[in-house]
Amino acid sequence: MSDRVGICAVAQTPWVQNLWGQRFQGLALGVVEDLRRQTGLGFGEGTGIDATVSVSDDLYDARTISNNALTDVLGAHHGCEEKVAQDGLQALTYGLAMIRSGHAQVVLVVGHCKESQGQSRNQVTHLAFDPFFTRPVGLDFLAAAGLQAQAYMARSGLSARHLAEIVVRARAAGAANPFTPEVTALTEDEVLASPLVADPLRQAHVSPVSDGAVGLILASEDRARALSDTPVWIEGVGSCLDTFFLGDRDLAAPWALQQAAARAYRRAGVSDPTTAFDLVELSDPYAYQQPLWLEGLGLCPEGKGPRFLDGGGAERANVNRSGGVLAGNPVLLGGLVRAAEAALQLMGKAGARQVPNARRALAHGTMGPAGQFHAVAVLERD
Amino acid sequence: MTTKRRNVGIIGVGQTVYSSHREDVNQPELIWEAVDLALKDAGVTLDDIGCVVHGNMELFEMVHQPDLWHVLGTGAYGKEALRVTTGGTTGATLACVGDQLVASGLHDLVLVVGFEKLQEGHTTGGITNMADPLWGRSLQTGALTGMTAQAVIDEFGEERAKRAAMRHRVIMDRHAMKNRFAHRRFGLTFDQIDDLARTSPPLVGELRMIHMCSQSDGACAVVMAGQEVIERLGKKAAWVHDHVTVHREETFTLFGEEKVKPTMRVAAERLFARNGITDPRRQLDLFEMYDPSSWWGLDWLREFLLLEGDAHLKMVENDEIALDGPFPVNPSGGVVASNPIGATALVRVAEAANQIRGCAGDHQVTKTVRRALASGFGGTYWTVLLLLGADPLPLPAPGGAA
Repeated sequence: MSDRVGICAVAQTPWVQNLWGQRFQGLALGVVEDLRRQTGLGFGEGTGIDATVSVSDDLYDARTISNNALTDVLGAHHGCEEKVAQDGLQALTYGLAMIRSGHAQVVLVVGHCKESQGQSRNQVTHLAFDPFFTRPVGLDFLAAAGLQAQAYMARSGLSARHLAEIVVRARAAGAANPFTPEVTALTEDEVLASPLVADPLRQAHVSPVSDGAVGLILASEDRARALSDTPVWIEGVGSCLDTFFLGDRDLAAPWALQQAAARAYRRAGVSDPTTAFDLVELSDPYAYQQPLWLEGLGLCPEGKGPRFLDGGGAERANVNRSGGVLAGNPVLLGGLVRAAEAALQLMGKAGARQVPNARRALAHGTMGPAGQFHAVAVLERD
Repeated sequence: MTTKRRNVGIIGVGQTVYSSHREDVNQPELIWEAVDLALKDAGVTLDDIGCVVHGNMELFEMVHQPDLWHVLGTGAYGKEALRVTTGGTTGATLACVGDQLVASGLHDLVLVVGFEKLQEGHTTGGITNMADPLWGRSLQTGALTGMTAQAVIDEFGEERAKRAAMRHRVIMDRHAMKNRFAHRRFGLTFDQIDDLARTSPPLVGELRMIHMCSQSDGACAVVMAGQEVIERLGKKAAWVHDHVTVHREETFTLFGEEKVKPTMRVAAERLFARNGITDPRRQLDLFEMYDPSSWWGLDWLREFLLLEGDAHLKMVENDEIALDGPFPVNPSGGVVASNPIGATALVRVAEAANQIRGCAGDHQVTKTVRRALASGFGGTYWTVLLLLGADPLPLPAPGGAA
């Protein structure tokens, strides 16, 4: 029996700002039906989909047990469905563990999020802070990002011009990505004139509120080969959780991501990340995080993110051909959409954003204030 | 259908005392109490742990992604971390996750943490909030339902049904009296049965306050390890033989009047079939059941043990489920005694593991426990069912002809 687990199919809805006319169950259903069309799979232990891993969040959905509302859709009539309530990339890790443990052979992964349902997603992320010390000072993930941006810009020399360039590049890619139909190109001047939301972060530096769903089919090697002509193998995964209080962390250093990446690289046998990947899909809900996370992934030396960008490194390394989280995905699903995009690239199904002959890719997800948690996956085709 | 890749065992268990109010500790501090005990029990330190698996239900305490704050108590700092939640079944799912993380070879030692501090929210409000806002929320009454009580009464007559349910409740309380971690320990006696069935405040129909589970503060932590590690440490383990997760749709009437087979029976049939269990009461030694009320605890005995007729009532009437009986159920006192929801189903697994390892303390059952069941309940009648054993499974050697 092989240890390999493959991604056999990928589906996603368009990512748009406010799908007010659709329930989240409907979003997930569209994705599931698309995956079933692609693979011919039905639900049923031993014969079709053995188990489902969903990704959602009780607070974004304003429903206790948010996955309870989805069981009708996710094939859980007398079947197995479990919810990862963390960055969506962790559903890939859990699906991998399910299959490699011998407990399942075919796993459906489906994530949904409607950030638009809340009055403000800052209200949701505010509640991630402890009620005693950090909630009373009004922290949310946006405010934490402002603090991290200040710390990182002071240390690395990342400038407002860098931030504008990152946004312009992401928006241009997003504008060309059919799955982000509302994303429009921006000029540097427009970014520089965008309203300040958490000094030094401007509105355009922050990923737009968005709604949608994404799904993948994972399978053991023999099943994957039968289900797909272009399976994409999950060669390595890794994650790391940093400590909680912002003051206990060095916000300008990507320590937790370095740990997560090292674990994924060790499992995948990657020795030199600067040359290992044909493309990188990283989660950059805030523009300044793109160079910081590139440092954390080891694509450039620590502290040299701005210089890497100046030298055209992001373009050369095919970072976020999709536009990234910055061009519009719910933050909760950041890593899972990145994995889906990376898989599409490796399957040769990425359309106009296709990287020619892509063989190995990296997908990254992050969660929590100022990147407290990171997950990394290394994907590869035959 | 499944062939496990690697044996996984439970070698450490930590529980807090379960209580209605733990105002002396915040959430991470409460969790650390359980984690510290689990690590000591396993004879390992945080440095040995590769991954921390966390679960609870966010809307009870209104903390978003609580593993981020709870890192201060779970010890996950710098480690791999996975957060999985499935409602009331969460704790059992966490055990399944831990099992699969180790069995897959991704990790050698995993720490699994279930938690809830129900004092900090409104439990019945939180549960009601799971119902569809358009179609179900105005009808739902948290987890309080009198339907099962009515069904048992309809089938077996009022007097026998009420006595059996209350006898179940008293047996659970007698067990809880021996468990120093249990939340509700009343000291009930069998001669109170008729009185209690009449005087305990009714919640819904014949579901009365005394029948219903508590809402508790508490945490449970479990250390799970691969066989090589367990042998190296020389620890006695409770081995995870198998588990089955059976959910169902939230729309109860999706199939009209057609009776849908309960998930408890589906789970048991599936688990028993692939583990060669044809006579569960003889082949299994003990059951830690997620029994949110005594009516459910009574009714589900029939489903989980694949019984017919009134065999489940007789088990209760004859005290067969008592901890010195032939088939002990919930020697811990069960969920009617202690219910920190995100931890509750993990407590079932932990208690079953302790019974197998022979370290359950004053509520250790008198018989030897070789194989035990643990169940989780949640969502809209979801079931997770785990089978634990005193011996590792005979697995094909790595690279062998599997």
